[in-house]
Amino acid sequence: MNHLKAINKKAARVERATLREPQGRPEPGRGTTEHDVVALQRTGLPQAPHFPVGCSLVFSPGWEADRTGGTAGLCQPVERDLFDCHIGCYWPAQVPDQLNHAPDWTAKCAAAQKDWRKIDLIFP
Amino acid sequence: MSAWVAREHHRFEAAGKPFVYLVPSAAIFALDDAADSVLRTLSARPYTREELAIVLGGATAVGRARSASTLDADSLDAAIAELTRVQAIGKAAAPVAPTPKVIPLAPFPLTTMVLNVTNQCNLSCTYCYEYGEDKIVDTENGKQPKFMSEETARESVDFMLKESGSNKLAHITFFGGETLLNFPVLRKTIAYAKQRAAEVGKDVDFSLTTNATLLKPEIIEFLAEERVGVTISIDGPREVQDKFRVFQNGTGSYDIVAPKIKELLRRHRSRPIGARVTLTSGKMDVKRIYQHLTEEIGFWEVGFAPVTTSPNRAHAISDGGYDEMLSQFRDLAYEFLETTVAGRHHGFSNVKETLEELHKGVSKAFPCGAGLGLLGVATDGDVALCHRFAGSDAHQLGTVRDGIDRQAQQTFLEQHHIANKTDCHTCWARPLCSGGCYHEAHTRYGETTHPNLHYCNWIRGWTDVCLRIYGELSERNPAFLAQFDDEEMKELVS
Repeated sequence: MNHLKAINKKAARVERATLREPQGRPEPGRGTTEHDVVALQRTGLPQAPHFPVGCSLVFSPGWEADRTGGTAGLCQPVERDLFDCHIGCYWPAQVPDQLNHAPDWTAKCAAAQKDWRKIDLIFP
Repeated sequence: MSAWVAREHHRFEAAGKPFVYLVPSAAIFALDDAADSVLRTLSARPYTREELAIVLGGATAVGRARSASTLDADSLDAAIAELTRVQAIGKAAAPVAPTPKVIPLAPFPLTTMVLNVTNQCNLSCTYCYEYGEDKIVDTENGKQPKFMSEETARESVDFMLKESGSNKLAHITFFGGETLLNFPVLRKTIAYAKQRAAEVGKDVDFSLTTNATLLKPEIIEFLAEERVGVTISIDGPREVQDKFRVFQNGTGSYDIVAPKIKELLRRHRSRPIGARVTLTSGKMDVKRIYQHLTEEIGFWEVGFAPVTTSPNRAHAISDGGYDEMLSQFRDLAYEFLETTVAGRHHGFSNVKETLEELHKGVSKAFPCGAGLGLLGVATDGDVALCHRFAGSDAHQLGTVRDGIDRQAQQTFLEQHHIANKTDCHTCWARPLCSGGCYHEAHTRYGETTHPNLHYCNWIRGWTDVCLRIYGELSERNPAFLAQFDDEEMKELVS
């Protein structure tokens, strides 16, 4: 590095650790990860506030049905990206209300990694 | 084109040059003019590469003439790339991921055990956290015995050697109350620890803290012989010492301790002996206290700490008091710098300790080793976070007989990680402070989990002073800083 000079031990370690990770100006023909599609393909930590594709960010009262009574207007991850909503979402009511209306929703799912296909949609 | 922003950092100048302290990595870099102007510009607000070229590059776009101080495009791009590489700057659209909360793996080896051999004291220092209104444990009528028994001390040694894991060296520190009130047990514990350590192929190192009132020739002889590190609690010249450090009848202790300390310093040459000063709201004269303790008494090192107390006590240091303390610390720190540059020893230990942490680039998840590499043992063998919590049921982490309560330790670490201290998340000094002393927080806020918000400005001010001293030394006496490499190496080798 020409513009920065490592002074303490940690700076020297940062310099060594980043030796093989050129950032900022990629070599011609070699992209960096900064323009990658990150939607459902999670490589490393998300680079920006992470909203799964289809996340409505809108609370639909009734959670199992949209305001027309169907499921088309619900946020989509309920069909495909359960953990993003059920665990990470700030608004837990976007997934079926397990406490009051769907107590057995996950009954067939002993281990989510293995059995996630058994968690079904809940229709109104 | 997306904009660049400055990431968390603290810029400072030393020896006429700009430096940057990066957060949370704790890396320190010297900046050249190009990197410095990019970083300073981006600290004000986000700029795109093109805007930076206009602002810093002499701006042909707006028709201004190029001056000698402007940046050409290659230097600008290179400076941006290097600052990005060390994460001093980044893309505005890509916020930094929060630092992951990593709890150290158990069993974490024990490095230091602080043995409270008694909870009694022959002085009645009016500011003392152990006996005053801020006390955590009732040492007078509580369940703990007033003196640790020989048996408990032996069990503690066995506990220490077992919990030190793969570490070859174990540190045992004797504490109180007044440590020397239980000298017979202390003496036998040292003999036992040396024997047991030899049996299991480890080394053991001893130190103690005392108020010096009970020092006498045979004790001094023993401490020197056994190479016991000694720290003396003393506040300074007579008028300062006698204000708080008094016997039960109110008489000051200066005239009793001063000759004993001089005798100790004369005889005990095997380890450097330090003074530990408690600063209070009263007349604070750090330089005078330092001079008295080093030049007139003869201490090798002097460390200062503000009194731990709830804010409403008369001796509590107020906001203005912290400013005053910072300005006096700064003066003494610059005296340290000039003496060190001249190749001589200066014993202001606060600055030396911080320099060592800055040199290594320490970035702490926990403010200190309490509950992790350091544990305190109460007189009955209960294990606590540290000596200041020894005997408190609420802060117990096991007993020397049954070992460390791993569940309690895990819960403690979960609750006290820097990730839980929201107030600290925007502070550039958090790699070193990490929220500050648990005991101070408990006394001030009633919660060990609470960050010590009453001294944030003081911590940031003091860290800034030490960064400047560090920058100066890196230019003017880098050999001094190299001593910290050796210590790191020694630890790795041992």
